[in-house]
Formats: sequence, structure tokens, C-alpha cells
Amino acid sequence: MATEAYNGGGWIATKLEWLINWGRKRSPWPLPYGTACCGIEMMCALAAGYDMARFGAERPSFSPRQADVLIQAGTITLKMAPAFKRVYDQMAEPRCVISMGACACSGGVFRTYSTLQGIDKLVPVDIYIPGCPPRPEALLQALLMFIEKTEKSQPITHKKHSDLLVGT
Amino acid sequence: MDLKKRVEQCLGPNNFVVAMIECQGDLSVEVPKRSVVDVMRLLRDTSGLGFDFLSDLLGVDNLDLNKPKKKPKKKTEEGEGAETEEEPKDKGPVSPRYEVVYLLLCLERNERLQVKVRVEESDMEVDTLTPVWKAADWPEREVFDMFGIRFKGHPNLKRLLMWDDFPAYPLRKDYPLEGQGEERHLNYDD
Repeated sequence: MATEAYNGGGWIATKLEWLINWGRKRSPWPLPYGTACCGIEMMCALAAGYDMARFGAERPSFSPRQADVLIQAGTITLKMAPAFKRVYDQMAEPRCVISMGACACSGGVFRTYSTLQGIDKLVPVDIYIPGCPPRPEALLQALLMFIEKTEKSQPITHKKHSDLLVGT
Repeated sequence: MDLKKRVEQCLGPNNFVVAMIECQGDLSVEVPKRSVVDVMRLLRDTSGLGFDFLSDLLGVDNLDLNKPKKKPKKKTEEGEGAETEEEPKDKGPVSPRYEVVYLLLCLERNERLQVKVRVEESDMEVDTLTPVWKAADWPEREVFDMFGIRFKGHPNLKRLLMWDDFPAYPLRKDYPLEGQGEERHLNYDD
């Protein structure tokens, strides 16, 4: 039968997954969580010069429930941490977190009492972008990595989106 | 008339002036802590002074002020050397340790004035200025948050920058920059 399993899923299941992934990968709606100067670079990447719309991300979703990709651009202070966690919790699966810039990845230069030392202490992060701040090209590459990751995801066989590795 | 003379004329009769320093054209007045509200009312309402704008309010911790500074080792021809120099003696902790500084501005004449209040560690309470200037609300909360100086009579003396359960006062000089391992417990019931 066509549905019988070989290499994981059957023919219909894999083709259906391919179709879902094809639909998802070119319309990642980002949730722009810009808290510092990285946010300026993110705006720059969204605007005409770099034009994130080329990858389908032209619709920044300010409501977490409609967003696919959380772009954390900037420092998260411990005062802000609960609000950030709550925004993440409201996003629907499958969701992706891009940690943009040194502050979001590791706390950056702010090794202080008030700064969260990397948002991965709070939420699972899919893609890290180093830089202080990273150039818009780096954010675009992160979007391409999101697309690559989406192509590999298995929404029907229910493998967790966050378990998949990106890159080589 | 000179600003210094005007301030002296205004505050002098009530013995409100503890010290007065003029540095680089900026006048700074130290006043007794218990009478800070009266002083501010005088400075605001006296014609000829009219400091009607509180531009900032801040705390100072003088803990390390009297500590001897580390001198860079002088290089002599013999190499390391120069250890015979006597180190300056530690004068001990400064008393009083804290200050609250009020920065006033007269919008009419564009004059500025610093008013200082010294705060002992044993009595960390200053009268609030919120009845005089509404603008003192948040800066006083910030000073309370960062230094633990309480403002008596403040309508809403909560932490401003740190979260409510934060156990320390982080801008004190004896507080390490990286914190003391305080953890933020996320609470969704709020």
C-alpha cells in the first residue's frame, strides 16, 4: 500500500508533509521583539533595502498567537523576563526562536545583576545570530536557515520542530 | 544679585545652610536632612529664586571615598623598586555614607542649583518631596530601589527598576556588579 512505512513515513504521509512544509516555509510571520539596537537592524532588514518580504516575512505579527518566528533582537532584562516568557508561551507550535545579537545570545557586555544572561536560559532557541549588532544580512541568513529547517520538519509524524538540526 | 548671595539670604536666617560650595560656576548647597521639604518650598516660592523645576533627584554612596588610591608602580632603573613609599592611610569609612542630591532649575532665569542632603546609615529616611514636586515620585522610587534610602510620606514607595522581590540594593558600592546570584522566579498569577 502507498501508506505503508518505509524510512519512517509512508508515501502519502511524506508527500503531505512536503506539501505542508512547502506552504509554511515561504511565509514565516515574524514576531519582532526588538528591545535594543538590534531592533534597529531588524527594522532595516524589514525595510526596502534588504526586504525580508523576499522570504515571505513581510508581515510582522505583533500578536504572538499568529506568529511563527520570534525574533528576539536585543537585551532581555530580568525585569522583562516574565513578559518575554509569556509572549513565547502564547505562540502556537510549530514555533521558532531566533536569538539575534550578543545580548540575546549570552547577555553580551551586560554581565550584570539585572540582565538575563542569554534568552536560552528561558526559552529554547533555534537559531543564534552573533554580532553586536549583527548586520541585516545575518538576519536574512537566519531566515534562510529557518526555511531549511522547515523543509526538514515532520508535522505529521510529530517530530518536534526544535529537535531538528540546521546547517551542516 | 549673585545667585550665591540670594540663596544665602533666603536660607541663611533659618540656619538651613550647612555648607555651600561653588565649583565651575555650579552652586551646591548642603542642607540639614530634617528640613529638606521646607528648604525646597522656600527655594521654589521665594521671588528672586523661583526654582520651579526639579530636573533630577539622585542618590550617592560614598563608601569608597576615603580609601587610598592604588598608585601605579614607578619604574626605576633598578627594575621594580619604589616599594619604600608609604601608602596613604585608610581614613576609614566616610560618615555619613549616603547623600541624596536634588538638581533644581529655574526656568525663568535658566539658573541651576544643587541641593544635597546627607543620610546616615543608621537613619536611612528622608522626607519625600512629592508634595512639592510631583516629578519627585519616580526618581525617589529609583533611589529607594538602588540605595535603600526610604522616603517618608511617599505615596507609592515600590521598586522602580528591579522586580519587587529583589532582595538587595544594587547601586550600593559593596554590591558586586554581577549580582549575588539573585534569581527571578517567574510568577504568572500577577
